[in-house]
Amino acid sequence: MSTPLDPLAIRRISASPSPNPSIRNGNVPAVAKLVDIGLCIGCKACEVACKEWNDLGVEDTYNFGSYQSHKALTPNTWDLMLFNEVEINGGLQWLIRKDSCLHCDEPGCLLACPAPGAIVQYANGIVDFNQDKCIGCQYCLVGCPFDIPKYDPKSQKVYKCTLCVDRVGAGLEPACAKACPTAAIKFGTKDDMLAEGKASVDRLKQRGFVNATLYDPPGVGGTHMMYVVPHGDRLADYQLPTNPTPRRGGLGVLGAWKWAGAGLLWAGTVGLAVHFIRFRGARIDAIKARERELEEQEGRR
Amino acid sequence: MVSLATTFGRGAMTNHWRDLEHADVMFIVGANPAENHPCGFRWALVAREKRGTKIVHVDPRFTRTSAVADYYMPIRAGTDIAMLGFLIKTAIEKNLYHEEYVKHYTSAPLLVKDGFGFKDGYFTGWSASANDYTDKSTWAYQLDSSGYAKQDPTLQDPQSVFQLMKQHYSRYDVDTVSKITGATAEQLQKLADIVLSTGRPDKVGCALYAVGYTHHSKGVQMIRTLAMLQLLLGNVGRPGGGVDAERGHANIQGNTDNAISWELLPGYLRIPLAGQETLADHFSVNVPKKFDPKSINYLSNYPKFLISLLKAWWGNAAQKSNDFAYSYLPKPGAPSSWLDIFNAAYTGKLQGLIMNGMSPANIGPNSNAVIKALGNLKWLVVMDPFETATSQFWKDAPGADPAKVQTEVFLLPTTHWLEKDGAFTNSGRWAQWKDKALGAPGDAKDDAWVFTQLYQRLKAAYQKGGTFSDPILNLTWDYLDPYYPSLTEISKEINGKDLTTGKQLASFALLKDDGTTSSGDWIYCGSFTEDGNQMARRKTTDPTRMGFYPEWAWSWPLNRRVLYNRASADLQGQPWDPTRPGILWNGKQWVGDVPDFPPTSPPSDGIKPFIMLGEGVGRFFSLGLLVDGPFPEHYEPVESPTPNLLHPNVSADPKAVRFPSVQDKFGTPDQFPYVATTYRVTEHEHYVTMNVPYLVEAMPDMFVEIPVELAQEKGIVNGGRVKVRSLRGEIEAVAVVTKRMKPLQVNGKTVYQVGIPIHWGYVGIHKGGMGNTLTNFVGDANARTPAFKAFLVNVEKV
Repeated sequence: MSTPLDPLAIRRISASPSPNPSIRNGNVPAVAKLVDIGLCIGCKACEVACKEWNDLGVEDTYNFGSYQSHKALTPNTWDLMLFNEVEINGGLQWLIRKDSCLHCDEPGCLLACPAPGAIVQYANGIVDFNQDKCIGCQYCLVGCPFDIPKYDPKSQKVYKCTLCVDRVGAGLEPACAKACPTAAIKFGTKDDMLAEGKASVDRLKQRGFVNATLYDPPGVGGTHMMYVVPHGDRLADYQLPTNPTPRRGGLGVLGAWKWAGAGLLWAGTVGLAVHFIRFRGARIDAIKARERELEEQEGRR
Repeated sequence: MVSLATTFGRGAMTNHWRDLEHADVMFIVGANPAENHPCGFRWALVAREKRGTKIVHVDPRFTRTSAVADYYMPIRAGTDIAMLGFLIKTAIEKNLYHEEYVKHYTSAPLLVKDGFGFKDGYFTGWSASANDYTDKSTWAYQLDSSGYAKQDPTLQDPQSVFQLMKQHYSRYDVDTVSKITGATAEQLQKLADIVLSTGRPDKVGCALYAVGYTHHSKGVQMIRTLAMLQLLLGNVGRPGGGVDAERGHANIQGNTDNAISWELLPGYLRIPLAGQETLADHFSVNVPKKFDPKSINYLSNYPKFLISLLKAWWGNAAQKSNDFAYSYLPKPGAPSSWLDIFNAAYTGKLQGLIMNGMSPANIGPNSNAVIKALGNLKWLVVMDPFETATSQFWKDAPGADPAKVQTEVFLLPTTHWLEKDGAFTNSGRWAQWKDKALGAPGDAKDDAWVFTQLYQRLKAAYQKGGTFSDPILNLTWDYLDPYYPSLTEISKEINGKDLTTGKQLASFALLKDDGTTSSGDWIYCGSFTEDGNQMARRKTTDPTRMGFYPEWAWSWPLNRRVLYNRASADLQGQPWDPTRPGILWNGKQWVGDVPDFPPTSPPSDGIKPFIMLGEGVGRFFSLGLLVDGPFPEHYEPVESPTPNLLHPNVSADPKAVRFPSVQDKFGTPDQFPYVATTYRVTEHEHYVTMNVPYLVEAMPDMFVEIPVELAQEKGIVNGGRVKVRSLRGEIEAVAVVTKRMKPLQVNGKTVYQVGIPIHWGYVGIHKGGMGNTLTNFVGDANARTPAFKAFLVNVEKV
C-alpha cells in the first residue's frame, strides 16, 4: 500500500464554494478498497473490526430469520454483511455482500449537504463526515443512492464509514481489510485496485461466472470502494443499485452546486430553504422509516 | 485420530493449511471451514486463485463453505460412508485409481485369511448370543513361514485386500446410495467426476474433514473411508493431497498429542489396561508386528518412547529394576471417555470433577442428563475465565432449585489463552509459540498455577502417609519455582534430554530404552533443543518454494511438514508430479521436505513408505484394530428416519457405544420425523464468546435452520419462534427458514433436515435454548466420541 504524500489533503467540502482549498493535493493518489465478493465467506470479521476500531456502541440486535446481524446499517454499525438467498439458473446461491460506504467520487451526500464542512472529501477520494459541523438535517440520507448515512436521533448527527481515514492517514489499511481472513477486502491505490479487480473478474469468468463484473459505477464518478461481483447481471440480488447517481432535485448538476454553496456563504437561510423545499418530502420519509424501525426493535425486545 | 492412525500410522492431519494451495481438487466433507476455520480457509481460496482448484463441499446444510464452493452436494446427515463407498466402487470399477501407487504403497496386494467375509450387516465372527464379535481370527493376513503377510502383486487373488474391498463396496451402486443419502444419482455422478479426477500421477487432491465426521456413532469408520479413498487415488503423502483433519480450537491438536484422551499417554502411546502388569505385558500388546521385510515399522521403538516418558515423569525413581516405575501408571479397568465419565456421574458413581477449558452442561450430549449428573456430584471445580453453564447449573439451569442441589461448586477464575504464553499446535501439526497478549485481571491465575497448588497440597498430605503414595511423592518436579513452573520449563521437559549429559535432545531418534534419556512426549522431541525454542521461530524462508517454511515454528514429527512424504515420489524416487515435489532422491539422499523416511535409503532398497505401520504401506484393511470391522460399512445413525437399506436387520453400528441407563433414550421417526444436526457458527467460539458484546451483537440469538417446505407445512414463519423436541428434551429458538436446507428423497420418502447451533444457554449476554438438550447419549464405536451430528427431532410453531 502506498502512503499518500498528504493523505488528509482536502478536495471538496460540503456547502462551500471553494472546490479545492488545498494547494497540496497534486500528488495524492486516489485510494480504494476492493471487496472481492468471490472471496468473501461472510464471517463478519470486518463488521466487528469496524466496530472495535471506531469504538462504535454495541447494539441489542435480534435474529430476524437470517445470518445477518442488523437489517441495515445504523449510526453504530458502519459495516454490515448482507445475506441473500437466490436461485440462479436453478442453483442456489447465498449472496453475501459487505455493505458500507462506497465513497463515491461524486458523493451525493456531500453534494446534498447544506452544512459547511460537515462532509469533506479528501484528495485521496475518501468521503468523511465531520459530526461537529453536522446540523442533523439528514439531506445526505436523501442524496446517497446507496442508503448509507444513518441518523442518530440521540446525538442528532449522521454517521457512516470513514474508510478508516485515521488509519489511512497513518499509512495503515482500513480495519476491515486488516481483519479479513481471506483477503477478500484489499486496499491500495485506486489504480492498483482496478487492476486487481479486473484480474479477479477475469478469473471468475474463466470459472464460468460469465457475467462477473467490477462494480465501480460511473454515475457517481466511480467509487473508492469497489466490488468484484460474481453474478454481475444480478446486482439487485446483492442489494446494489444498477445505475446509481447522486440523488438530486431539479437544480441538477455540480455547477449549480457551486453556485448554491456560494450562495450559502451569503445567505445560509436561502440555501437551507432551497434544500428544504427540494428534500423535505424525502427527508420526512426517511425519518419516518427510521422511526418505524426503532419502534419495531423496541416492540421486539 | 484413531482412524488416521489405523490407516496411515499417525493420528493427525497429514498435510498443513498452507499446503492446500497445491491441490487440484479440495474435497470438503463433515466440515465447514469457511465458517469454522476462516483463517485456514484462506489457503483454499488462494489455491483456486492460483491454480483453479475445484472446491467440492458435501454437507447436510448449504453453509458459508458451500456459498464459495464450486460444487455443493446435499446429503442426509450420517450417511457419508455410503457416499464414499460409492466413490470407492466407482474408482475401482472405472479404473480411476492410481494403479502404481495402489500396487506399491497400499495394502491392496496383501492376502487376507480365508473365511473372512461380510453378510447381512455383520463381518465374520459375530455372535448373536454375545452381541459382539467373539471371533476375529479371520480379520487378519495370511502369513508366510517368516510371519510376513502373503501378497499378490497382480491384485487378482480373490483373498487380496483389493478384491475383498472391491467386493465389499460392489453393493454401493449409485441407485442404492442415492436412496440412502438423498443425493440424486446425477449429483453423485457429478461428484465422482470431480473427486475421482485426481487418481493419476499428474493430479492431486486433498480431503478435509472436521467434527462433522468425528461426531457419529461410526465416525472413525467414516474418516477411514475417506482415508481409503485418498489412498486409492494416490493422494496421501503428496503436497496438495492428504487427509486433513481440521481441529476445532486453537490447540486441540496439541491436546490430543499430549494425551487429553483417556486411552492415550503423550505421543499416542497407549494407556496401560488392567491386566498389563509389567512393561513386557504392555509391549507385547502395543509394539506392532512387522508384516513385510521391507517395512521400517518405526513403532517398534515404542519401548524407547515409553521408558523415556517414565524417566521424564519419575526420574531416579524409574529404574530398570522397578520396570521404570511402570507400576505407577494408572491402568483403567473400564473406559473413561467423556460419555463414561458423565454416565458414572449420572448413575451416582462419581464424587467430584475438576473441569477446565470446557463446559459439559452445554457440550452435552443430552444436556439435561449432564446437568442432572453434575447435581449428583459432591463437589465440582470449574476453572474458567467466566461463569459457565456448568458453574451456574445449580441456580440458573432451567427448573434448577438451589436448595435441592447438594453439589459444592468452586469457580476458580483462570486466565484466558490471550492471557498466557505457551504453544498452540494447529491442525497442520505446527507448534507455534506465542506470548501472552494481556495480563490476567483480578485474581485470575493460570491453569498450571492452580494444578500446581493442588499437586503441592496433595503431596504434603501424602507425606504424612497414605496408600501407594510413590507416584505422587516421586514425581519429578525440578522447576525453578516449584509452586509455579513456567511453560518454558514444561516445554523443555516435554522435549526431553540426555540424562547423562543433561543436554536437550534434538530428535526422538536419540531416545533410548535403557533409562538414559527422558522425554515427556516423544513426538515433540526436537521442539526445544540446545538451540532453543524451535516453536518460537518465525523465519519465512522457503528453500523448496513448496510452502514448507522449515524455519517457521516447528511441526511434529521432526519438523516434517507433509507426513508419509516418501509416497510423494514414485518407485524411482522421483515426484509423481515434478511441479509439486514432496521429497525426491538426488542420487545420494532424499531432499525437499524433512523426509518421512531413512534419509539415505535409496529407492532401489525398496523400503516401504508408511514407516509407522508393520505393513509399511497404507492400510485398506484394518485387521482387528477397530471393533466394528476391517472395512467401513454404512450403518444408520442410532436415531434414523429409515431402516438401513443394505441390511435392514442390522441398521445401526452394532458396536455403537450405548449406555443402559435412563440416558439410553432413542426416538423413532413416527414421533420425531426430522433429521437434526448440530454445529457452530463463525461468530462464536463455543460458549466463551457469549460474554463478548460485539460477537453477541453479530449473532445474537439461538436459532434453528428449517427448510422452506417444512416451514410451509407447519405454518412456521421466518424469524418466528419454534419449539424443537427430541426424546431428551425441548428448546425454543428463532426459525431461520431457508432454501439452504433442501428436502431430500430418502428411500422414496421426503426427509427434512433441521440445523441446530450449540452456542446458547442460560449464561452469557443473551440467553437461549441449549442445542445439546436435544442430542443423544451415544458414542462412536471405536473412539467413544458422542454422536452429535445425526439424531431425530420434531419441530412446532410456538
